[in-house]
Parts: sequence; C-alpha cells; structure tokens
Amino acid sequence: MLNTAKTPINVLHMQDITMQFGGVVAVNGLTLDVNQGEIVALIGPNGAGKTTAFNCVTGIYEPTFGQVDFMGETILSNTPKGKMKKTYLGEVSPRPIPVISSTPDVITKKGIARTFQNIRLFGQLSVFDNVLIAKHMRAKQNVFSATLRLNRKEEERMRAETIALLEEQNLLHLKDEIATSLPYGLQRRLEIARALATEPKFLLLDEPAAGMNPQETQELTDFIKQIRDSYHLTVFMIEHHMDLVMQISDRIYVLDFGKLIAHGTPDEIQNNERVIEAYLGVSDDAED
Amino acid sequence: MSLTTFLQQCLTGISLGGAYALIAIGYTLVYGILRLINFAHGDIFMMAGYFMIFAMASFPWYISIPVVLLVTVLLGVSIERVAYRPLRTAPRMSVMISAIGVSYLLQNLATYLFTALPKGYPEIPFLKKIYQIGGLSASFVTFLTPVLTLIIVYGLIILINKTKIGMAMRAVAKDYDTAALMGIKINRIITFTFAIGSLLAAVGSVLYFTDRMTVFPFSGSLPGLKCFVAAVFGGIGSIPGAVIGGFILGLGETALVAMGYSTFSDAFTFVLLIIILLIKPTGLFGEKTTDKV
Amino acid sequence: MKKNAVSKNKLYTLAALLVIIALLAFLQANSSQYSYQISILERSAIYAVVAVSMNLLTGFTGLFSLGQAGFMAIGAYTVAILTIPVDSRASVYYVNGISPAIANLHCPYWLALIIAGILAAALAALIGIPVLRLKSDYLAIATLGFSEIIRAVIAAPQLDRITNGSYGLKSIPGFPNLFIAFGLPALCILLMVLLINSSYGRAFKALREDEVAAQAMGLNLFRYKELAFIISSFFTGVGGGLLAIFMRSIDSKTFSINLTYDILLIVVLGGIGSITGSVIGSFLVTAGREWLRFFDNPLVIGGFEVPLFRSGFRMVIFSILLMMVVLFYRRGIMGSNEFSWEGLGRLIRSIPSRIKRKSKAQKHPAGIPLCPESMDDSKKGDNA
Repeated sequence: MLNTAKTPINVLHMQDITMQFGGVVAVNGLTLDVNQGEIVALIGPNGAGKTTAFNCVTGIYEPTFGQVDFMGETILSNTPKGKMKKTYLGEVSPRPIPVISSTPDVITKKGIARTFQNIRLFGQLSVFDNVLIAKHMRAKQNVFSATLRLNRKEEERMRAETIALLEEQNLLHLKDEIATSLPYGLQRRLEIARALATEPKFLLLDEPAAGMNPQETQELTDFIKQIRDSYHLTVFMIEHHMDLVMQISDRIYVLDFGKLIAHGTPDEIQNNERVIEAYLGVSDDAED
Repeated sequence: MSLTTFLQQCLTGISLGGAYALIAIGYTLVYGILRLINFAHGDIFMMAGYFMIFAMASFPWYISIPVVLLVTVLLGVSIERVAYRPLRTAPRMSVMISAIGVSYLLQNLATYLFTALPKGYPEIPFLKKIYQIGGLSASFVTFLTPVLTLIIVYGLIILINKTKIGMAMRAVAKDYDTAALMGIKINRIITFTFAIGSLLAAVGSVLYFTDRMTVFPFSGSLPGLKCFVAAVFGGIGSIPGAVIGGFILGLGETALVAMGYSTFSDAFTFVLLIIILLIKPTGLFGEKTTDKV
Repeated sequence: MKKNAVSKNKLYTLAALLVIIALLAFLQANSSQYSYQISILERSAIYAVVAVSMNLLTGFTGLFSLGQAGFMAIGAYTVAILTIPVDSRASVYYVNGISPAIANLHCPYWLALIIAGILAAALAALIGIPVLRLKSDYLAIATLGFSEIIRAVIAAPQLDRITNGSYGLKSIPGFPNLFIAFGLPALCILLMVLLINSSYGRAFKALREDEVAAQAMGLNLFRYKELAFIISSFFTGVGGGLLAIFMRSIDSKTFSINLTYDILLIVVLGGIGSITGSVIGSFLVTAGREWLRFFDNPLVIGGFEVPLFRSGFRMVIFSILLMMVVLFYRRGIMGSNEFSWEGLGRLIRSIPSRIKRKSKAQKHPAGIPLCPESMDDSKKGDNA
C-alpha cells in the first residue's frame, strides 16, 4: 500500500537522548526513529531504561542531554546545566543546543498519547468518566460555559465519542463500574481506550500485554494492528511478550543498560547475538 | 542602641530560640518518621505547662520537674497510640485531620479544666534568680536555656548516630516498609520517637513558661505552629536544621519586638515560611527526593 | 423508563423546593418569635457555602488547603467596608478616623459580595503561583501561613484607617429578608454543584486521582490547580462576606485558624468528596453546638449535681465526638456520595428491615444456628 519510492514521514526522532539521575545514567545516547504508520518496538531486559526513554519523550523527565523531534518539530531539547555539567557521564559529549522544555499535557495536545507500565487509571472514577476526561482537553469550552451548561453540544459530542470508544473496546456494559474494580486485562484495555480518546497521531504503549495470558495477548496483538489502521496511528511499544513483538513490529530497537545495542527487523533481531546475550547472559558452554 | 542593649536582646533571642529549638525537634522527629505534621505537639507543650502548675502546688520543684516530664511523655505516647496508630494505613490527609482534632480536643479540655483565664506559672526560685555577666543581667533560666538546648541536642545526635535504637530510627525515617521487613519493631520506634519529642516539649515548656509567667489554653497553638515553621525552615527531618531554625526564629522575633513591630512578630514566622518554601522547599539542611514514575 | 425516573426526580425536587419556600415564608412572618432558630439556620447555611468550597478544593481536587479563614476575612472586610452606611462610618472608625479613599465608597450588598469574591479570588491567584507546586503537607502549612499573614495585616495598626485594626467593624446592614439570607448561599452552592458535575469538575477529580495520568490526558497541572484554588477562594470570600452581613459586626479575631478548623471538621464529618455531606455536616455541627450547650450548665438530677457539667464541657464533648468520627467513621456521613431521591427512598425503606434485624438478634442471642433444624439430633426419630 505504501509507495516505496516516497520517503516515509518521520513521526518521532530521538537524537542522542541521555538521562542521568545522580550518578546513574539510565539512558545513554539513544538515537532512534519511528515513521508514519509503523509499529516499532523497544525491547530489552528489565532496567534497561525503556520506560525512562518513554518518559523523556512524553515530558515527564527532562532529558539530561539530547533532542526529541515530533513530526519534524523539535519538541524537547536539553543540554547539561549547572551541577550536571561537571558530573555528566553520558557517552555522547554534549554540545550547546537551545533548551526547549515541555510539560506532558502540552505534548499530549500535540498528538502523542501513552499508556503506563503500572496502569494509571483514575481509580475511584467510573469507566465512563475515565475516558470522558480524556476528551476534555480538546473541547471548545471554558469554565463559565461549562458551569452554566452553555456547552451542551460539546458535552454531547464528548459523551457520544466516549460511548463509541467504549463500545469498540467491549467495555460499554461496564461503563458505570469503578475503574479499579475491573479485572486487570480490562483495566489495560480501558487505559488504551482512554489514550485513544485524546485523538493522538502517535501512541506509546508501555508493556500493554503485561500480565495477559496467550489468548488475551493475541487479541491485543490484533487490536493494536486494527487501531493502527483505523485511527491512522503510529505505534511505539515497550514489550516483553516476544510473540506480540515479533508478530506485529515493523522494526525493533534493543536497549541494554541504557544503550542501543541492536536495531532491525524482527528476523534480524531474533538472530542477533548481542541481543541474545543481553537477555540470557553469556554462556560458557552451549546449553539448550 | 548601645552594645549592651544589643547583646541583651541577643541573649533574649537565643534563649527564646533555645526553647523553640527543643519544640521544633519534636516536630522534625515525628515528621521524619511518619511524614505527619503533629499539630498537637504545641498543645502537649501547653499541657506540660499546666502539669507543672499543679505539680508545684503539691510537690517541691525537684520532684515536680521529673513528674511533669514523665506525665508529658505519657500524654504524648498515648496520643500516638489512640489517635495516630489506628490511622497508619489511612491516607495522609486523615492523619493530619486527626492531629488537628487532637489539638482541638486538648485546647478545649484545657479550657474546660482550667478555664480560659491565664494561670500563673509557678516560680522555681533558682531559675528566676537574676545573675549578672558582664553588662548583661538576666534570670538564670535565660542563661540556662541555650546551654541546656545545646547539651540536649548533642546528646540526641549521639543517640541518633551512635546507638542501635538511633540507627533504627534513621532506618524507619528513610524507608518505613523495608525497615519493618528487616525486623525493626516499628511501633516501639515510633513510641520512642514520640516519647523523646514530648520529653523535649516538656523541658522546653519549663524553660519557656518560667520566663512568660502565665499559661492559658491557647499558649501552645501559635508557638507550636511557629516551631513547626522553624523545623521546616531548617529542613524537616533534620535535627540540626530544627535547632538552627528555632534559634533564627527566636532571634528574629526578639528583633522585631525590639524594633517596635511586635504585631508583626507572628506574621514574621509565616513570611519566613513562605520564603523558604519558595526558595528551597526542603529547608536549609533538607534532602531532595525524586519520585519514580 | 429512564424518562419517568428523571421526571419523578424533578417532581420530588420541585415539591421539596416548595416546602422550603413555604417554611421560609412562615419563618419570615414570625421572625421575631423564631429568631434564635433562624440565626442557627442562617449560620449553618453560610458555613455550608464555605464548607462546600473547601470540599471543592480538598475533596474533589485533592488540594489540602487550610487557608479558608484568611479568604473569609478578605470577603468579610470587603463587604463590611463597602456596605456600612456612609453616615455611620465616622462613629465606627471613632478612634483614628476613616481613610478618605474609602469613606464614600458604597454599594449594595449583592455587588459587595461579588467584589468580595473577586478580591479573594485575585489574592488566591497570586498566592497560588508559589504555593500550588508544593506537596500536600507543605501546601497545608503554607496556606495556613498565608491565612495568618492576612489576619495580621488586617489587624495591623498601620491599616487602622481602612480596617479599623483591632476595633473591628460594626453596623454592617443585615439581610433584607430570609429569602435573600438563604437564597444567596443556595445560589453559591448551586453554582459549585454545576461546576463539579461539568467537564471541569471531572478534570479536578482526575487531578485528585492521579496527577501524572491527568497530565498525560492533556490537563496542565498548574493551570487546573490554580483554577480550582481561585474558584474555591471566590466562594470562600463570598461566604466570608455573607458571614459579615449575618454577624453585623466583625473583627480579625473571628477569622483565626480555629475557624478554618471548624470548617474542616464540618467537611470531614459530612464526608470528604460529598457536597451533600458538607451541607448536612454544616447544619449538624452548627445546630449540634447549640444543643450541646446543655452540657455547659450544671445539671441536677434528683437533688444530686452531676459532676462534669459546667462551662466548657460541651466543647470537650464536641471535640471527642469529632475525634470519634475521624477515627472510626472516617468516610463521614455521606462518604463520597451525593443526595438522590432514590438513595433517600432506599434509606427509608431499609429502616423497617434494620429494625427487624435488631429485634431478631435480641430474640436469638446465640445467632444463626449452626445447622438447619431438620438435622437437629433431638428431633431424630427411631432411625437413630
């Protein structure tokens, strides 16, 4: 379907992203790209710095050094300042670049949505409200029009879209349940529905299949492919379930101890020795 | 202002600061371990004042003082047991509300039992004796307070850093759950912390009220709040911080009164609070913590 | 089916409103006879406004602020300054005279209330900038601090010619009639209810639940916290203004930290996160305090004076009751639920079954039998 002669539109470009906490370099000189319509996976052993990398993209952390471009526009960039200048341990030497910082809400408004590794739903609120709240940021209203109910059209539109999203996720019948009362798998689906409610162009999923059994994982796999197509999304995913990763990823990046150690198609990665080493450790004898 | 007057004011300031420091330590210890602002601490200090009035009516001072110390410790420990321990697993707001409730209860209890009229604080003769050092003259208690404060703080620091129980206290303050998993008896440590805090409050109350001469039910609430601010200023969770904060507060207040702005002396405390919260919220000696997402 | 339920609710609400209006008319006609009860009700209504505004901030947005007394003071003094009749001002400011800037500033009470709210909100906006980025405990103490600073400034002799310093302000005109006295608080609470149930109210709740997730959903943390703070302080200021009109005279001592604690305890009693709870709590606490006056006077039963009953006892009882709510009944009366006619219906219908359960427990003290009667050995026949 894609005209291979056309250059792919770059959605995300991370350049030399380094994140240092105190004396620990969690992400070290990470450079990667995600293009329009792709599903790209970020894998690596636990503690490799994957979620930290995500947090740098969505504005939760300010990277110690490096730059993040979204749709060609630089949305974040930083260079070591003050104390960090002396204690910087990253591998890529910092150069003077303009400092651009952003809060997570601004980044979400630009069209980047995410889910969290440890599900962050609005626990005591209903399933319906969880998704409805995500609709708030794009509604045309202000505090007065909302309070005095002058925004009926917007309110109805938000509610209709929420119902549609819940229906698609098969959660509509649970719409009045308290979010934390849902079983784990459904909570994850709710989180994805909520992220979709922000009308994103780019979706970051942090371990979406965590805690799921093989059947649920397969359903999730199909679902991710389906929303990528129907919502015209680009997906960037952290995942440990290799069957999910290998099935739908167009490309895979592998992180270990904060550094990129491999990058390629699923086939290339599966046979990459460094990757196998990172996950399983170096073996002296060849064992099964 | 002549040098003598200036030094005299300094002495008053340091003396007041010493009493404040002792109370501030109580706040900082409890906050360090439980992340709780013990709103009732100031009222425990006030009750200690009343205990002394009644003790001195029946016993001579050398029996009254230990009695007051003991009873105040019992009060502090019981409050923890009854009002804070059951809420250990509750959200932070609930415990803070409980502390406010206890403070409210103590004030109303004092009003009921002792009436709202100020009661005269008994004179402990050797404390009120006036001495002259250089050109400065003041009662013994004024000279004693800062010295006693420093001795107590020194002892406390040795306790925290060099004894087993002190290490346990530091562990619980650093990481509550892991400390429990390591076999530290959390309840005992917390009780001990409250005991120390209340003990210091009792000592502080003797030094403070001997100077003030009267006690009334609300004599604890504002000084209590001020001492909490002092603890925040110095860095909540840090004992040296609380001490420094207390002294700065005492000196600042005395300076304001000396300059004629006594109505603002209370507001001064809060201005100090706002300033430190804006510049360095963790206080002078506080540590920064980062949250994991 | 649903339409019937909705119109049923509307019917009940309309009926309740008519009853309340009739009651107000009755009280208005007999106001001198019932003046004591009326004043209790008025005070409750005003405290309810402040309690709901505190709940908005604490219960719904999760910002634990203890600055209510300060904003009430601003509201009260604004209304007082603007509504004391110009002719009376000289006598009110009898010590140092009134500042010429405000000597002739006068406006009707409703405008004064609006201005009071706006001033309080403006101050909140200013204070919010440094204070709202603090963690919850520090936020509480910082707002408490600001409240005390405001009070100190109001009482300062330097501002005597505006605030009359420690002498306070009197001769504040009261409410023209009961409909206004209760209608204004009702309007305030209605506006806050509308806000909470709107999209913005949901955004506030999101902030309370999980700040990180709220940000990820496009809500700018500072902007929404500031918004909640400003709106809450607006209504707190209006509440203070209403209090001034009710009390007819005010001074800075009225607005001490204890006032904030009183409101806090009302909110806790009613249920953090329930507007209905705050309103009910306000009436219960205000009325309860009056009933408890019973404890303040010596009680003689059959010739014996019961010990403990003397002045101050009722506040002790009150404090103990509140501690019990905090310790054992943490969710308060309403928890985080709101009033609904169905809920009321359920409550009423469950009363007979609750009474039945209690009397059953008395008849069978042993409780539920361990095995059904058919297996009772004593009833076994020859087939043993």
